Amino acid sequence: MQPINIIKSSFVPLPMENIDTDQIIPARFLKATTRDGFGKNLFRDWRYESDDENRPKADFILNNPAYKGEILVAGKNFGCGSSREHAAWSILDYGFRVVVSSFFADIFSNNALNNGVIPVTVSDAFLDKIFQQPHTAVLTVNLGEQSITIDATGDKEHFEISSYKKTCLLNGYDDIDYLLSIKEEITAFEEAR
Amino acid sequence: MAKTLFEKIWDKHIVKTMEDGPSVLYIDKHFIHEVTSPQAFKGIEKRGLKVFRPQQVVATADHNVPTVNQHLPIKDELSRLQVQQLTENCKKHDIALYGLGHPFQGIVHVIGPELGITQPGMTIVCGDSHTSTHGAFGAIAFGIGTSEVEMVFASQCLLQSKPKLMRINVEGKLGKGVVSKDIVLYIIAQINTGGATGYAVEFAGSAIRDLSMEARMTICNMSIEMGARCGLIAPDEKTFEYVKGRQFAPGKEQWGKKLGEWQQLYSDQDAVFDKELTIQAADVEPMITYGTNPGLGIAVSGHIPVTDTIMDEGERKNIAKALEYMGLLPGKSLLGMPVQHIFIGSCTNSRIEDLRMVASVIKGKKKSDRVEVMIVPGSQQVAAQVKAEGLDKIFEAAGFTIRQAGCSACLGMNEDKIPAGEYCISTSNRNFEGRQGAGARTLLASPLTAAAAALTGVVSDIREIF
Repeated sequence: MQPINIIKSSFVPLPMENIDTDQIIPARFLKATTRDGFGKNLFRDWRYESDDENRPKADFILNNPAYKGEILVAGKNFGCGSSREHAAWSILDYGFRVVVSSFFADIFSNNALNNGVIPVTVSDAFLDKIFQQPHTAVLTVNLGEQSITIDATGDKEHFEISSYKKTCLLNGYDDIDYLLSIKEEITAFEEAR
Repeated sequence: MAKTLFEKIWDKHIVKTMEDGPSVLYIDKHFIHEVTSPQAFKGIEKRGLKVFRPQQVVATADHNVPTVNQHLPIKDELSRLQVQQLTENCKKHDIALYGLGHPFQGIVHVIGPELGITQPGMTIVCGDSHTSTHGAFGAIAFGIGTSEVEMVFASQCLLQSKPKLMRINVEGKLGKGVVSKDIVLYIIAQINTGGATGYAVEFAGSAIRDLSMEARMTICNMSIEMGARCGLIAPDEKTFEYVKGRQFAPGKEQWGKKLGEWQQLYSDQDAVFDKELTIQAADVEPMITYGTNPGLGIAVSGHIPVTDTIMDEGERKNIAKALEYMGLLPGKSLLGMPVQHIFIGSCTNSRIEDLRMVASVIKGKKKSDRVEVMIVPGSQQVAAQVKAEGLDKIFEAAGFTIRQAGCSACLGMNEDKIPAGEYCISTSNRNFEGRQGAGARTLLASPLTAAAAALTGVVSDIREIF
């Protein structure tokens, strides 16, 4: 996993609520057996007319060249539905390292963290402020400091993340590294049951 | 100290807790399937590891399999390769696989309970969000991502933070034509798709105790649709009776000891929940969804909300967008609206009781010419039982198509899809945009409501058909 700390970038706004993982990556793209290449199918059915890559939907934000960056900003309850980690893989593969929302579904949030994508939960008011920014606006997400800032206005908010997960992200560690290090304790636990 | 059902199970599975961090939760059973496991196998192999406790892993092929001609090689190349890879991985890592052609094959959340693998007091995970189904036995069961599948392969453990606890009590008697699917759709409509996010939800109350095990599974199955980490129900005599004698249930020698343990699995009288709500069973009517998330449901006799009157701007926009996708109008009733497809299946409603329910409505009758009806038993064992009881004759005589076991049109991974723009009354769990095929319009409902529409070809109130 790539270590991550400070992301300073423009952002892509998706001001819709309850964006489920079937929209992020439709089930028909889950036939792959590797983690790579899902980015091209991110939001597939919102992105293209009749599933045709040559017919991008002009009104969908990912097809608007004015909007780009490493930060995706979405309405509340982002990532609800299926547990498919392919949703996190497609977001990462497309080039996002941070997703900002006022509320994340549980499993998506874990999947994102396990892939070095930071789910940043902000207040509804702060989310609205971001949505009101022009497409040129830059956000700074500082994991070490647990803060997100709208650079142009100086508006800043603190976000929560478990200190364990924060350490993992800052250093690029994953849970398996830790779990393997305590295997003896796991075996002892099994024997004691 | 008084404990909740969840806490009793949780505490027994904690290997250790990090200071100011998550706990190491020991996993008793790990179900896997073809779609969310290949990258996890690759992951442990890259680290030079074998599966740590292969006897605690059970595999089946369900999501990406055809539901016709399962004895033939899978036509779709990517699907064939994915299923093949599962077979190879299971062989390499000594994992029991109930793949295509095996008499135990089926939807992972149907076969776990029917084989007696799912038992009270266990921790159970699977790379599938509907793993919450197994909570109906008084187990902590939840869906995980592929990285977590890899963690369980490597260590039989997961790092987890303890969720908050919620209890939802359903009290009293259900009305005529109202079943457990209606209860859970009603709850989700009340608290929304994120209403239980961050919580483990215990379902309790007299109406829940009155439900059969299979009906309880339907409720726990959809606890993820309210955002819950897991859903669970305290085991009782019905639970023990259901488990007893099944293939992998505890044998005679262990039964007494296990039963003694299982009988302790309930929330103590003074146990504290972070949130509690009570609903009256009598308020629940046959439900149907009109929108593109499972929280957008109404009583079948009710009306779609009038969007202008919704105060919350986000919610108003959501519903407007959903109605546009669904081709429906605010303020209207759904009754009498033509539908083109009926899908009876999925880990929510494909068990024998569900199919008996459907048969009881349509016995001796014919489906409407205006609808296609697909019925997909949850497992080979359910399919065999359908035959043994002669239900297949009833379905065939009604003009239904009976398929072979799998997830099928619930998620549209295989060729079982609903065409764009057409309506499908589905006994499954999700009505997201494109879930049953790009552009498909899904109305979630109970097997009874689906059966009613199969006869009439339009959205119907089962209470007027019985």
